[in-house]
Amino acid sequence: MSLVFYAIAGLTLAGALAAVLLKNTVHCALALTVAFAGLALLFLELDAQFAGFAQILVYIGAVAVLVVFAILLTRGSETPKDGVYSRNWLAGLVIAAGVFAVLGWAVLESARALPHETAAPTVTVLQIGNALMSRYVLPLEIVALLLTAALIGAVIVAMHEKEGQK
Amino acid sequence: MIETADQIFVLLKHWLVGLLPAGWQPVAGVVLSVVAIIAVFPTLFALTVWIERKGLGRMQNRIGPNRVGPLGILQPVADAIKSLIKEDIVPLSADAAVHFLAPLVLVAAVFMGFAVLPMGRNMTLVNMDAGLLFYFAMGASTELAVFMAGWSSRNKYSLLGAMRAVAQMISYEVPLLMSSVAVVMMTGSLSLTKIVAAQNHYTWGLPHWYIFTPWGFAGFVMYAIATTAETNRSPFDLPEGESELVAGYHTEYSGFKFALFFLGEYLAMFSISGLGATLFLGGWSAPFSFLTWVPSWIWFFSKLMLSIFVFIWMRGTLPRLRQDQLMNFAWKFVLPLTLLNLLVAALWRFLGEGWERWVVCSAILLLAYVFMGWEGMRRGHLGPRRYRYAE
Repeated sequence: MSLVFYAIAGLTLAGALAAVLLKNTVHCALALTVAFAGLALLFLELDAQFAGFAQILVYIGAVAVLVVFAILLTRGSETPKDGVYSRNWLAGLVIAAGVFAVLGWAVLESARALPHETAAPTVTVLQIGNALMSRYVLPLEIVALLLTAALIGAVIVAMHEKEGQK
Repeated sequence: MIETADQIFVLLKHWLVGLLPAGWQPVAGVVLSVVAIIAVFPTLFALTVWIERKGLGRMQNRIGPNRVGPLGILQPVADAIKSLIKEDIVPLSADAAVHFLAPLVLVAAVFMGFAVLPMGRNMTLVNMDAGLLFYFAMGASTELAVFMAGWSSRNKYSLLGAMRAVAQMISYEVPLLMSSVAVVMMTGSLSLTKIVAAQNHYTWGLPHWYIFTPWGFAGFVMYAIATTAETNRSPFDLPEGESELVAGYHTEYSGFKFALFFLGEYLAMFSISGLGATLFLGGWSAPFSFLTWVPSWIWFFSKLMLSIFVFIWMRGTLPRLRQDQLMNFAWKFVLPLTLLNLLVAALWRFLGEGWERWVVCSAILLLAYVFMGWEGMRRGHLGPRRYRYAE
């Protein structure tokens, strides 16, 4: 655990906390982007180039932009009068802590499941591509199908009812 | 001698780094390369602004800048001084922090893109395994900076300009990536250095650039269209169309912050032209085998400046598109063609050497182009405006 790790982890946590605590919705979205960037840096620090760049490309380039677009196109970025905190924030906190505990437990257990790994494996983008196109091609296709279905669904929801207009 | 001229910057860097103690050398090497990039491209930017103003003047039958220095060549210097001493105005209702950060984020993200471009033989700052992915990741980050600028200004023109810019950049990023994926498929690598190396062969004195294949030519044309939209250049300059939106997302910026936006826009043009040259025009390789003695970096920058010239030429020639034309063109014409181009590239790969693949691939692309253009015109997706009047 180097100094770089702590710096990046601090940045990520600060971004995530700001995303929850800030009042202005657009500021929250931008803070969330900082958290995304921190995660990407963490991936890069672990030598996972593909995951890191994909994180930037997908989350900062697409998801964050989509979030701010959604904020601007729907309700406006004004702070609501009755506060920004949801009434059942306690339940949300409990659920989040539960998910975190399960994930943390799984990560810590994974060290016991793979006892013979000593050196960190070096994975190139080429290997990831080969694995995705050969061994994991079925999951990839299923994800693609799911995304296509979501896309068509979104288009149908947004489509004008031409017959109704006439 | 030829070898020295080709590698002169690499040798210079090694000599300069060699002067330092051994412990500092890795850091010093990186810093030196970064400084070189930060020095060269803004200089090129100053030169390009002058070329653009002169060239546009020529196309519009006027003289262009001619007051500062011979032929107005020192005009960029005067402009730089002017932008430095102008007052930096932040609107009262603006979101000061985001307003301040937006130009910095933009310029930083654009500069990052240069890190992976091979600007000559052995002249890549970071030779990454996933160089192309890195480039596109950095390119995608600029969208957010544009949004930040438009939103934080609290000005209707800024916000409209930012919305247009982001919508346009997202729409054209898909064809941009898709047309590059064909190159990755053929090379089998995301590393830009390897992509250049794969094109750096000659048959009968002619190079194996990807643009000289049917899929490469189609890919290059679509890449060029997408880059023009991605850099908000005419005819896709709706985000800053001055007749509609004053100056778009940087309306409320003045002084040096405005200069940063201006710089970022041109740097994005340079880097994306450099990437286009790397992907389709053989990067730093020479156009004929008897010209390989010319230093590689001269070829890279010649190709880059040639694309810049075409950008300027288009700006002086074409009228601006309308928003619906822009979107229809991206989603109903360019995107299907890029998807088809992926299939054609795969066909090209598996049809083997020989003349058949030239005929098959060219025929598929030409037929698709003609048919889709015809169909789009018939259904009114493309082409002239159809007026609908209230009944």
